[in-house]
Amino acid sequence: MARLDIDTLTKRYGDFHAVRDVSLQVADGEFLVLLGPSGCGKTTTLRMVAGFIEPTGGSVRLGGRDVTILPPWKRNAGMVFQSYALFPHLTVAQNVAFGLEMRKLGKTEIGKRVEEALALVRLSGFGGRLPRQLSGGQQQRVALARALAIRPDVLLLDEPLSNLDAKLRQEVRVEIRELQQKLGLTTVMVTHDQEEALTMADRLVVMSEGAVRQIGTQRDLYERPADRFVADFVGRSTFFEGMVEAPGRFRTDGGLALACSGGAQGRGSLALRPERVGIAQTPWIGLDNSLPGTVEFVSYLGALIDIHVRLSPRDRLIVHVANREDGFAPEVGQAVHVGWPASAGQIFNE
Amino acid sequence: MGRWALNGVAAVALGYILLPLIFVVWLAFFRQEIPSFPPEGYSLRWFAAILDQRKFVDGFIISFEVGVLATAIGLVLGVPAALCLARREFAGRAAIGSLLLMPLIVPGVVLGTAMYVFHVELEDTLDVDVIGTFYALVAGHVVVVIPWIVRLVMASLAGVDRTTEEAAQNLGANRWVTFWRITLPAIRSGIVAGGLFGFVTSFGNLELSLFLVGPGRTTLPIVILQYLEWKIDPTIAAVSVVQIALIAAVMLITDRYVKLARVV
Repeated sequence: MARLDIDTLTKRYGDFHAVRDVSLQVADGEFLVLLGPSGCGKTTTLRMVAGFIEPTGGSVRLGGRDVTILPPWKRNAGMVFQSYALFPHLTVAQNVAFGLEMRKLGKTEIGKRVEEALALVRLSGFGGRLPRQLSGGQQQRVALARALAIRPDVLLLDEPLSNLDAKLRQEVRVEIRELQQKLGLTTVMVTHDQEEALTMADRLVVMSEGAVRQIGTQRDLYERPADRFVADFVGRSTFFEGMVEAPGRFRTDGGLALACSGGAQGRGSLALRPERVGIAQTPWIGLDNSLPGTVEFVSYLGALIDIHVRLSPRDRLIVHVANREDGFAPEVGQAVHVGWPASAGQIFNE
Repeated sequence: MGRWALNGVAAVALGYILLPLIFVVWLAFFRQEIPSFPPEGYSLRWFAAILDQRKFVDGFIISFEVGVLATAIGLVLGVPAALCLARREFAGRAAIGSLLLMPLIVPGVVLGTAMYVFHVELEDTLDVDVIGTFYALVAGHVVVVIPWIVRLVMASLAGVDRTTEEAAQNLGANRWVTFWRITLPAIRSGIVAGGLFGFVTSFGNLELSLFLVGPGRTTLPIVILQYLEWKIDPTIAAVSVVQIALIAAVMLITDRYVKLARVV
């Protein structure tokens, strides 16, 4: 394994910037996730690391070696594709052996390493099957074994779980993460699924429109989103549009006066995480903000309840409450009071 | 109801195709010299008669040689052409694609005339023998073989998952190795089917060959035509049966290794 350094990597198609000045460092053994909506440039970035797309500018260094203009077959990066891309005419063992044959290893060494790789993904004994005789989850594991068998400097995962059903996806997430930690694999994964990203990553990179918006741990992104995009994309937020009238004082366009902290004076939005807001039948005492409202929408999500509260004709707030036996569970139309400390909100100036 | 109707139409179509074949095969076993119904009896004498006539055997050999050679050359030219047309973006791609399929549409007589004229010009210009040579005949047949190969290889290329090629490169295979180990096996059935149909087309071709054969080098379809001008006896039917059996055998053997239904 090795470290990966990406420096001001750029890909332009005519006037369109698919990727713009992306710089990342992935430490030896670190699991980095590129997260963003489709078309944000995350896959293009990954494919430039793999060597399938030639960058317009910038560099990629793998274990200190500059690989920016090397073809894919000279890079020693193991990739798992979204479609798995197993060779349909080769058996599972032959698929896993392919990269080892390319490295001109001896027959016995290849046999040993194929066995090892298949054992790693719990597919010992499946070596003689053809890919089409396996389930989707098994195919995914063959793809992983094939990428690991070459002992790559970096493991690249391109939406590896998106073709699995929801239940299996949750299991495989944990499985891949545990394997990655056990083997100390330097890994870069691309996904648009934030839950997947949060479960698996050491650090995350949020991208949009070809650029990096924020790099950080789960906690960094959730508690201290760098901008409105990140606050919106990672987790949920209610955004009040309005302006900071005076330090600590935010006036929404709907006319609400809210206590806030931080932010410069002028127009902006106030973001609030739904689970940081309290909801009760009586006004909140001792909180910076306590506002009356009417419940407009309730959705029961199992572990939590999603409640939308109308505070003014232009302001609606989302509140999440844990689904406890003795918890407060309001109904649509009910008058309630919501409350939160000023520090729970975050101001994003325009 | 709809299914019955569909099966009925399919049966009629199948019968329409098979009926002439059935009659030819039946006729080949008639004992009498003048083909007339009902048969007076059955015999194998017409099959023996084929071997007595040198020209049938020679024609068969020539047709076979031309077919094999034209198919081989067609594969060498057609497979790369199909790869280029299916994979590369370039100006005039659609035009070249249509041009390569053209010999399937242009009548053989027109094609044959054009080639004959071309051969005359070539011979005049280069001052070497072209008209009526074996190689000129093969070159002509390559033209009718190529469309089949290009078409069927392109069809099978459309079904290839390009990411498998990327996966191979990611695992350390360069472009050349990727082609041999991944792409070629994936389009194998298209290549085999294209070659097979190309061979059959060449083997049965009459119109084009009429313009290209030289004295003493006549293909089987032409021998059959010439024989028919003088005589109508079941020998011709027997020759046809041999030809049908040969082509059917090639198809069945091929199908054991490559499922033709998947590409055609």
